[in-house]
Amino acid sequence: MTTEASQPAMVSIRVTLNGTEQEASVEPRLLLVHFIRETLNLTGTHIGCDTTHCGACTILLDGTPVKSCTIFAVQADGREITTVEGLAAGGVLHPIQAAFTEEHGLQCGFCTPGMMLTGVAFLENNPDPSEAEIRRAISGNLCRCTGYVNIIKAYQSAAAKLRERGA
Amino acid sequence: MIPPRFHYHAPATLDAALSLLNDYGPEARVLAGGQSLIPLMKLQLAAPAHIVDINRIPGLDAITEENGTLHIGSLTREAALEASETVRAGYAILHDTAAVIADPLVRNMATVGGNLAHGDPANDHPATMVALGAQVVARSAAGERVIPVADFFEGPLATALGPGEILTGIQVPQPPAGSGGAYLKLERKVGDYATAGVAVFLTVNDGVCQQAGIGLTNAGPVPVKAASAENFLAGQRLTEETIREAARLAAQEAQPSADLRGSADYKRDMVRVLTGRAIRQALERVG
Ligand SMILES: Cc1cc2nc3c(=O)[nH]c(=O)nc-3n(C[C@H](O)[C@H](O)[C@H](O)COP(=O)(O)OP(=O)(O)OC[C@H]3O[C@@H](n4cnc5c(N)ncnc54)[C@H](O)[C@@H]3O)c2cc1C
Ligand code: FES
Ligand code: FES
Repeated sequence: MTTEASQPAMVSIRVTLNGTEQEASVEPRLLLVHFIRETLNLTGTHIGCDTTHCGACTILLDGTPVKSCTIFAVQADGREITTVEGLAAGGVLHPIQAAFTEEHGLQCGFCTPGMMLTGVAFLENNPDPSEAEIRRAISGNLCRCTGYVNIIKAYQSAAAKLRERGA
Repeated sequence: MIPPRFHYHAPATLDAALSLLNDYGPEARVLAGGQSLIPLMKLQLAAPAHIVDINRIPGLDAITEENGTLHIGSLTREAALEASETVRAGYAILHDTAAVIADPLVRNMATVGGNLAHGDPANDHPATMVALGAQVVARSAAGERVIPVADFFEGPLATALGPGEILTGIQVPQPPAGSGGAYLKLERKVGDYATAGVAVFLTVNDGVCQQAGIGLTNAGPVPVKAASAENFLAGQRLTEETIREAARLAAQEAQPSADLRGSADYKRDMVRVLTGRAIRQALERVG
């Protein structure tokens, strides 16, 4: 069957983005990160390497952190996406955002949205992690500024805040 | 980097996926975790006209143990394999392997089936599956066949899978009593492919090796089964001396090429060092 001549059909998708339903018609080759940044106009999700290495594009897909530069938007059809814009609720910072602020867990901030989203999912599964576990959890998110020390402190502080909130 | 255009199909059943693959033949590619295929497409190194996304097919991601076999569904994510209690308790070598593949975010998407189907000798699961004597289950519109993993890899990015076939699962024989295994990988940094990687699986009785499986990662155009080292070990008492000899034989079988990770000689020597260590660790784990 030869099909080169035919243009691929647009695909209509529906996602829940930060709690709100969104519908769009997309080209199959559109990457999820471009869909988020350019179709939905949320630019908190960054593109660092575009080669699946840096984790700047990390989002939560049904609660699981993944690299949105290496997923097609059509794959997200019917699923829930959380980006950094979805973390604060009612003008109040999420505990991990508060912790990154207080512990100076960022310098330029480019890696920060991805770092925080990885952290949200990680701390949900492991509310009282060791430093070694934190280092392992963030090994897919690269930071070129901080040397990671304050990011680890921010994770520890966020863990404490979340435990308190849960208690 | 914008991937080339393609027609997208997301069938809900295995039969529907097989029928699409049958229709489009070599113009179609299966999309599993996408963590190898999408990077290749972004680099314009792959340009399938049709993509058959198998992620919406239920039941392809189960890990079950029955009738002396561990069945790993092809869509099992590396993160799920790493977290599996069954795997941790009975197949430490598989746990070792999942834990050193890529990074935690990639492991949330990347699948065990994709790791084999991609046919990259730099991937980590092939060596482990070679050491374990695993089999690959492949389905096409014409039916199902089972392929020993040692016959599965045909060249760089080339496997025994035909264009109409989907790898549905991997079968690992349940370890006999007195078995232990380990996978060791030397990498420059998290997320890098192996400078050298060695999988060792042993069955031991009274200090004497009954059977050995040894697989090497990134040591040639296909995953290497270190048969001369395996044959040497079978029937040997495991001593420092015989372990060193097996390690030397495994290094001889490695055919690495020089790249940014090191020279061929260096890599071959790392195979020797890792083989010795993996045998010792496998021995410690014999249960
Ligand atoms: C930054 C980075 C680092 C990595 N590091 C490592 C590493 O250290 N070690 C390692 O082993 N891997 C590594 N990988 C590769 C990763 O594990 C791959 O994703 C994996 O090898 C392929 O699995 P996948 O499910 O993503 O397959 P896909 O990318 O979806 O597919 C890969 C190929 O296999 C075919 N395919 C997939 N599933 C099937 C199936 N069920 N039936 C038939 N054909 C199928 C596809 O058509 C395609 O040709 C890395 C990847 C990245 C991005
Ligand atoms: S931009 Fe996605 S991993 Fe770097
Ligand atoms: S704060 Fe600059 S990259 Fe992390």
